[in-house]
Amino acid sequence: FSSSLTMARRYDSSTTTFSPEGRLHQVEYAIEAINNAGTCVGILGNDGIVMASERRITSGLLAPAKTSEKTYKLCPHAACNVAGLTADANILIDQARLRAGRYHYQYQEPIPVEQLVEHVCNYKQSYTQYGGLRPFGVAFLFAGYDENHGFQLYQSDPSGNYSGWKATVIGANNQAGKSLLKSEYGSSSSSEMTDEEETSPDVAGALRLAVKVLNKTMDGTAAAAEKMELFTMKLDESGDVVHHILTQKEAQAVIDEVEAETASAGDS
Amino acid sequence: MDTVFGIQFKGGVVLAADQSNARSILVYQNNLDKVTKLSSHSAMGVSGPNADMVNFTEYIAKNLALYELANDGTKLSTKAQANFCRNELAVALRKGPYQVNLLLGGYDEKDDAGSLYFLDYLAALQKVPYGSQGYASNFCLSIMDKEYREGLTEADALLIIEHCIKEIATRFLINQPNFMIKIIDKDGVRVHSFGGDPADT
Repeated sequence: FSSSLTMARRYDSSTTTFSPEGRLHQVEYAIEAINNAGTCVGILGNDGIVMASERRITSGLLAPAKTSEKTYKLCPHAACNVAGLTADANILIDQARLRAGRYHYQYQEPIPVEQLVEHVCNYKQSYTQYGGLRPFGVAFLFAGYDENHGFQLYQSDPSGNYSGWKATVIGANNQAGKSLLKSEYGSSSSSEMTDEEETSPDVAGALRLAVKVLNKTMDGTAAAAEKMELFTMKLDESGDVVHHILTQKEAQAVIDEVEAETASAGDS
Repeated sequence: MDTVFGIQFKGGVVLAADQSNARSILVYQNNLDKVTKLSSHSAMGVSGPNADMVNFTEYIAKNLALYELANDGTKLSTKAQANFCRNELAVALRKGPYQVNLLLGGYDEKDDAGSLYFLDYLAALQKVPYGSQGYASNFCLSIMDKEYREGLTEADALLIIEHCIKEIATRFLINQPNFMIKIIDKDGVRVHSFGGDPADT
């Protein structure tokens, strides 16, 4: 491995060149960069989607944020969470918003979620093949609703690949987060059902699970409402999509519920 | 000169058009099909010069096919198809306009209902329960105004179409002996009847 690393040096400066082993090193380095970014968890519930992210406060002198650094609305029926270089992400978010708007202008209908994701990903991919520019150092979680497939959760990375998930984690300590999800998603602790078969949780259950995951990935720092951003996407009674970032109070309530759950689980 | 008209009924749409292809005093053919299938459950009745008619309908139909291929079989609703057409007409309008007037009809499984859209060469778009293009309007619209009601059956709608065709045969100066009638419902687009078989060379 070490020898291929030293050899890699000759092939890794240009994004558009394969290494002799058939790898695109720049793309891989970009993916690595995201492993240092604030964690984002996405969970698909049966009545909506939860995206929870780690808020990193880098300095006490920073002015309180008016807008989120993690969650962005792309159109009435889709939103995304960002892990990675915020400046890079802004470009891609603009692209996504434009695409959603143009689709709606052309068809007078909301863009199917996967088409929106694919558009952003194709844009990312072009930076791995043309122009000699570096890839975007951003990974996304996309949450959206459309009539064809209901609620959907997608993850994408700098390579331009994407896939649909029931639950996933990106950013720092994502492996720890993913292993927790593997054991806990669909089990009775996070959903109403007690069958052996895997069932998706409702949004309330998904929120609790997301907080659990963040607790694990933010291991070492105490769980606090200011350090987390909890976002939900649901339908209201008229069938319109509702985007909601939980208030401090609401987030604290979820954190308290999780604390109570883990405390009682320890007893039994 | 083309006669195109259509009516929405419960669970679908009927589209009808004359079959003459003529220019000035010469009739080229009497079995032209002016109601083109766009997708599995939609079709467009078109009026205008033959070149634009064919060019535009083929362009739209192939773009709709491309959409389905590119998006894993996702179908565009009739409304989305109509808006797509409108957009294409609008963009071309100030470059090289398509001189086509259309009636786009389709069936959507989601609502289990048909819908009919009126589009003209200036890129106007209006959802209508019934409509017509061309000189036919002078004769058909008043008949449809009088006889259309909500919840028509397919048979009812076809009666109205027949009534319109009779009126045109009686009162319209230009002789249009043959009509193509197509029905769009949950089973797709099918030919109900025609005067001249388009397959005859």
